[in-house]
Amino acid sequence: MSANEVKHAGLNLGGTDESTHQQAVSPVFGFWLFLMSDAVIFALLFATYGVMLFATVGGPTPASEYKILPVFLETLILLTSSFTFGMASVAMKYDQSRRPLLGWMAVTLVLGLAFLGMELHDFAAMFADGAYPSRSGYLSSFFALVPLHGLHVFFGSIWIIVMMVQVITFGLDARVKINILRLSLFWHFLDIVWIAIFSVVYLQGLIR
Amino acid sequence: MSAPNDSKRDAIFSYGIGYVVALALTAAAFAIVHWPNFVSTTTLSIVLVLAVVQMGVHFRFFLHIGLQKSARDNLQLILFSTLLVILMVSGTLVILFNLRTRMM
Repeated sequence: MSANEVKHAGLNLGGTDESTHQQAVSPVFGFWLFLMSDAVIFALLFATYGVMLFATVGGPTPASEYKILPVFLETLILLTSSFTFGMASVAMKYDQSRRPLLGWMAVTLVLGLAFLGMELHDFAAMFADGAYPSRSGYLSSFFALVPLHGLHVFFGSIWIIVMMVQVITFGLDARVKINILRLSLFWHFLDIVWIAIFSVVYLQGLIR
Repeated sequence: MSAPNDSKRDAIFSYGIGYVVALALTAAAFAIVHWPNFVSTTTLSIVLVLAVVQMGVHFRFFLHIGLQKSARDNLQLILFSTLLVILMVSGTLVILFNLRTRMM
């Protein structure tokens, strides 16, 4: 392991594109700083949710609003999209042609949009049930936390489209590669936030 | 530059392992809630432990954070952020639940 610091695709391009790999070090570290401050925002919204969990004022409760199957499917979709983005990173690192990279990014985009569609459907069902943000402290904190993650996925999807356009118009130069590295970090990070959401919010609410 | 194990196949294999392990952990967490076998607090702790393990798997196989030298700055940043998050979240929960019981 020690002689081989540049083993992994995704986080670095060492081995196939050494000069971009050198240039990427500080932009990628800067993006990690952003991700960690974003993680702090999410963590505090989780704390708020935990505090508000019992503030249902006789209204809808977690057990009455959450359904396990849609959440499980959303989890599978997001996890698979993380894997397909990994395949896009591998394609960017090793493949000569741009087509595999664009293909995997397109698959990731479709999965991201499918996730958003299912999540919006869940929210619509909750609204129809009388579970809207101003109903109780519990629902306010729920709708501060979970849709914020959805908003991140939405902007991540827009970012994927922007990067596909950049790959097509500029080709795979160093700048585009570094941008895709940052996008991959963002996308994998969103999947990690979702682990916390499905465990702390949904599964905790569904435990009998 | 290309070390023997710096190949496309190994990279795909690494993502594949991460994907399969993450799938198994996710399925375990959902299964234990869907078919409860334990009292609720035990179930909750198992779910939370599975979540932490799965986060570790994601960091290792998808975000490539390990002990190798090139990832060490990132690892220190993540560990420090984790410390901050634990302090803020547990502090918030302890104080506000304490307040809640006193107001009951």
